[in-house]
Amino acid sequence: MTIHGRALKFGNNVDTDVILPGQYLVLTDPMELAKHAMEGLDPTFTRKIHEGAIIVAGKNFGCGSSREQAPLALKHAGVKCVVAESFARIFYRNAITIGLPVLECPGVPSKVEEGDELVVDLGAGEVENKSKNLVLQATQLPEFIMEILDDGGLIEHLRRRIKSK
Amino acid sequence: MNIIEKILARASNKEEVTPGEIVEANIDVAMIHDLTGPLAIESFQKIGAKKVWDSQRIVIILDHIVPASSVKSAELHKLVRNFAEEQKIDNFYDIGQGGVCHQVMPEKGHVRPGELVVGADSHTCTYGAFGAFATGIGSTEMAAVFATGTLWFKVPEVIKVNVTGRFQNFVTPKDLILDIIGRIKVDGAIYNGLEFAGPTIGNMSIDGRMVLCNMAVEMGAKTGIIEPDETTLDYVKSRTAKPFKPVKSDPDAAYKKVLDVDVTDLEFQVSCPHSVDNVKPISEMDKVEIDQAFIGSCTNGRLEDLRLAAKLLEGRKVRKEVRLLVTPASQEVYLEALQEGLIKTFLEAGAIVCNPTCGPCLGGHLGLLAPGEICISSSNRNFVGRMGSPKAYVYLASPATVAASAVTGKITDPRLLKEA
Repeated sequence: MTIHGRALKFGNNVDTDVILPGQYLVLTDPMELAKHAMEGLDPTFTRKIHEGAIIVAGKNFGCGSSREQAPLALKHAGVKCVVAESFARIFYRNAITIGLPVLECPGVPSKVEEGDELVVDLGAGEVENKSKNLVLQATQLPEFIMEILDDGGLIEHLRRRIKSK
Repeated sequence: MNIIEKILARASNKEEVTPGEIVEANIDVAMIHDLTGPLAIESFQKIGAKKVWDSQRIVIILDHIVPASSVKSAELHKLVRNFAEEQKIDNFYDIGQGGVCHQVMPEKGHVRPGELVVGADSHTCTYGAFGAFATGIGSTEMAAVFATGTLWFKVPEVIKVNVTGRFQNFVTPKDLILDIIGRIKVDGAIYNGLEFAGPTIGNMSIDGRMVLCNMAVEMGAKTGIIEPDETTLDYVKSRTAKPFKPVKSDPDAAYKKVLDVDVTDLEFQVSCPHSVDNVKPISEMDKVEIDQAFIGSCTNGRLEDLRLAAKLLEGRKVRKEVRLLVTPASQEVYLEALQEGLIKTFLEAGAIVCNPTCGPCLGGHLGLLAPGEICISSSNRNFVGRMGSPKAYVYLASPATVAASAVTGKITDPRLLKEA
């Protein structure tokens, strides 16, 4: 699976309360959630985002609460993938579960600038920065996680598993 | 093996597990609440599942926005209520029957040593205080648990925190955990387990142990855990008749690293905006005037916390310019606080006592902050926008520091309060 897009950069410890503030957790429509994505950090985020945006961040992306609404809001706002130095574990699992690809890539913040053109190869665990002519090695995802992402998320993955039984 | 490895091995029917290994484990207990539950229920239906794997192993608690603050939240409650009825979930705690989930779970006997508990809430790690392996998961993963009773886990490496020494007067486990977070930092325990051990932990009450394990997630940890001892067994046996098998770490168990902490000289700690690891001893803080003070949450809304706050508020008044909100963590805690006269003390001091709810802690409802306002809170997170406006400031501290600060109107060392 390869993903093309331009980088939108964030720092370390981006928490789920800024990705999706608690007051919006009563919303159930993913498109409504998407309107408030990253509102705590950058109220212009949803206007800035374009088809094919790839978030590039530092350490501990998605720390804080277990709210699945956080990756859902990002996905439906148009984020294609999140590449970070490290992730908070619940966010990481939730992102895969809802079919938002996430990749750990040590050193990525210093190798990518806002707006750089990126190609992420999930299978190979590589991030290519076309603007800088660089290829960065990321942590490869285990096969069973790739299967979930290939199916578009855990729901579809389990539906298939139940059907094939 | 250490205690976490032993629990994961037992739950995945293996003799032995090692860090890094991915196991599919059987879940002993699964919990949802009113903000993560609706999405779990929706995903459960989308998967095409009809019946939950085991209605007796599921616990549902309405606590985050209770009572409903809007039509929207009332709809979410209704959806969860209907699901509980349809799936015959006996362990459903509606408004008035429970309180904050992480208090209600052990109170009602749903947390037992040696068991594997998942909750659709990040502070599920609180139950490690009872020697259980407990961790937070997302809503759709919870739907998968509801359908299959299993979930994959990566066996974590474990950091051991060895605690020695006696706390000074009014210094609490909250000050200890803030101090530890200040050292380990918010990403220092990512993917790891945190085991709290040592004589200070052995002497600590259940309420205090819960504070430590509760905030393990603020360092990125998968869970916090404390080996069960007599204190644990006395508590659990008074709450449930169900059998359980406590486990302990082997004497030669492997750890990623060991951190030694001596609390003898530990002073009051405050976590400053906007990161939980921005921790300072109170003596090094500049004068900070506050608008609001909050005592409550799954971190510090228990009886021991309310007693400590009431002790400081007895015969004193909350400063006119400050609002003090107190939310007991559960109906049971509320009732005991009432019987002990603590609620009277709070009211006489000028506090407002709210019903058990997570509301203020997550900026869900009750006491949201306006731009520019400053709150000192006994809860667990001070992220931008956590308790209301993204332009507000949240400081985290122990219930003692919060109570003292409510009296003076600025962040205050509880020992410096003038005689009442």
